[in-house]
Amino acid sequence: MDFNLSEEQTMLQDSVSRFIQNSYGFEDRKKYVAEDQGFSAKNWAMFAELGWLGIPFAEEHGGFGGGALETMMVMEEFGKGLVVEPYLATVVLGGGFLSKGGTAAQQEQLIPSLIEGKLQLAFAYVEPQGRFNLADLTTTATANGDGFSISGHKGVVLNGPNADKLVVTTRTAGDQRDESGITVFLVDANADGVNRRNYATIDAGQGSEVTFSNVQVSADDIIGELNNGLPLIQSVVDDGLLAICSEAVGAMEVLYKTTVEYSKQRKQFDVPIGSFQALQHRMVDMFIEHEQSKSLMFLAAMRLAEGSNDAAKAISALKVQIGKAGRYVGQQAVQLHGGMGQTEELNVGHYFKRLTMISHTFGNADFHLNRFGEL
Amino acid sequence: MDLNFSAEDIAFRDEVRAFLKDNWTDQDRKDMGNGLSMAHDMPVRWHRRLAEQGWAAPNWPLELGGCPWTPTQKYIFDIECANANCPRLISFGLNLVAPVLYTFGNKEQQDKYLPDILSAKTWWCQGYSEPGAGSDLAGLSTRAELSEDGTHYVVNGQKTWTSTARYADMIFCLVRTDPTAKIKQQGISFLLIDMKTPGITVKPISTLDGQQHVNDTFFDNVKVPVENRIGEENMGWTYAKLLLTHERTGIAGVARSKNRLEELKVAASTEPTGTGQAPLIDEPSFRAKVSQIEIDLMALEITDLRTLAGVQKGGAPGPESSILKVRGTEIQQAIAELFMDCAGYYSQPFVQDTHWGDYEGEMIGADYSTSTALQYFSTRPATVYGGSSEVQRNIISKAVLGLSKLG
Repeated sequence: MDFNLSEEQTMLQDSVSRFIQNSYGFEDRKKYVAEDQGFSAKNWAMFAELGWLGIPFAEEHGGFGGGALETMMVMEEFGKGLVVEPYLATVVLGGGFLSKGGTAAQQEQLIPSLIEGKLQLAFAYVEPQGRFNLADLTTTATANGDGFSISGHKGVVLNGPNADKLVVTTRTAGDQRDESGITVFLVDANADGVNRRNYATIDAGQGSEVTFSNVQVSADDIIGELNNGLPLIQSVVDDGLLAICSEAVGAMEVLYKTTVEYSKQRKQFDVPIGSFQALQHRMVDMFIEHEQSKSLMFLAAMRLAEGSNDAAKAISALKVQIGKAGRYVGQQAVQLHGGMGQTEELNVGHYFKRLTMISHTFGNADFHLNRFGEL
Repeated sequence: MDLNFSAEDIAFRDEVRAFLKDNWTDQDRKDMGNGLSMAHDMPVRWHRRLAEQGWAAPNWPLELGGCPWTPTQKYIFDIECANANCPRLISFGLNLVAPVLYTFGNKEQQDKYLPDILSAKTWWCQGYSEPGAGSDLAGLSTRAELSEDGTHYVVNGQKTWTSTARYADMIFCLVRTDPTAKIKQQGISFLLIDMKTPGITVKPISTLDGQQHVNDTFFDNVKVPVENRIGEENMGWTYAKLLLTHERTGIAGVARSKNRLEELKVAASTEPTGTGQAPLIDEPSFRAKVSQIEIDLMALEITDLRTLAGVQKGGAPGPESSILKVRGTEIQQAIAELFMDCAGYYSQPFVQDTHWGDYEGEMIGADYSTSTALQYFSTRPATVYGGSSEVQRNIISKAVLGLSKLG
């Protein structure tokens, strides 16, 4: 049993943490969000330079050779700054598909440019009728000469507006909700027949509704196995879950600390509001929720890192806890900041919105409570 | 004890329904959209139609334009209006300053202001909270000094969270007239101020829902005639306290929550679960949450009716009416949160164009889902404004349970 980070990991964590402290203040973030693509191109180039975009990739592709623990550390720090750069979409999800399921040709062609910061990816998997079931697919890829023709609608594709390539889940055989007959394709985001309706999301992120009308792809564009894509999808989504939950842990840490600090400063009835026991106990509960979340985050990351059979179960446990804790910590932070907590002028509301976003991504607490029970 | 409507009540309900059918048209309902992203004068449009019918101020004394309705009839009226998707009337004039005027104002003030409040000719906003005086309202520091000739006050300071201040003709303010008073509740006066007076500046505040309903209102040497003071100098807190209990009752929002809960059930019955089985409303975990809210709301509805019946007998509602504020706003928040849960991924896009009733383009996700985040974020302040849930609990603890303040 060892909860200590290696020297290398500590250095990585310190460097991300310094970046957040120096370059991700509230006003900085506003400027990044206001850029055309919704994040800072300069930051992205710096992530590349510092090697952060290569963290989960093999050293033979120019990566850092990191795993779940490194992703966890980076995302936890990112959560503290509410980083808007699309690390999740491009590195964790898109990159995860390439490294776990990509062909040698795909990996050689794409991973180096991703690591250099020149490739943006987005994972198109949500369908309006499917709710949280990754296998409920009406987007079809029909064999067509040498290749396939993709048609369908994918919703809420994060980083969709900026993506050069989309990772698309499709049905190639079987019925709408069968676990087999699913294939993952890499699709050029500007290919004929791909149409994107772009919008902002509640957390100042970027999303798209993407429609595919007879989009031609080749068999070389398949990631993973034909008709057996679900295990790969589930595995990348579990990595994604660890990433967003770690981000939530970082965000909650900032929220409880900010709230405690505010309660010491803000005076009403001639005393700091933090002197009221009714409020003290709520802040104690915020703290407890954060610590419990952090524990499950460590557990899930270690289980994923060792490739344990229990990893999926630990991931679902973590998502349940994050759903409950994120809601409590977010809502209480807003409430305890009173009127100010309701405004865009304070960072508290922005953390609350990010936690709200995370609570519905890759399945809400109810979904994962059920999955936990079934696993 | 009888919970059933009498024949008179049913006749009254039919009368209200007939009126609504003729006066709140399908077009009006469409313009309302989700009730948040609507033209700012929608409530005034509705207020004027009610005023013509004589129904704008059911709670006022009869001789001033109130309605001879029983509590049951008031309740029926609220339910029918909520079901017809009518806007909530802006309460600052009708329900907040008006009771102060007809209880503590002089004849001149009543004659000057009440008719225009009733007919929605003037629009009022509330100058209570300040940056340093939120839950501790009596800690306010906006200063009003009487001129040497005694004809006017000079007001300096800042009010905040002033809803609709940009459109308001008048603001009613609590100001400090005696900074040397030993108890801070003493030394406060209640002033009516014309928003067009030189020296007043309004600055909008952006809230979590992306809207700008609230404002900061600044006073820089604003001259206010002394005849605009309600009652006696330094007695404003007494008058304001009455107003706060009135603010608390309207806030339960039972009729609207019932309506929203029904809409939630409809939405959840169209929402697939990705299982090929029954819709979301039939999923046990989701259904249990809906049922719990429904039960809380059933209880609150009866509590609300009991309070109304009490008011009928004895004037202003007592401190136990804080229950309505605490529970009513918790229920509003819970419903909004469940709407988010219902929409799932489609609670995530935030596209303000699609929030408006007159939006004609293609929606993102189901029609209902477009404003779920807007509703969720806009219900968060409900447990803060009008006396936070914490303050309401303190009121119950002190004034109802007789628990003294500790520490």
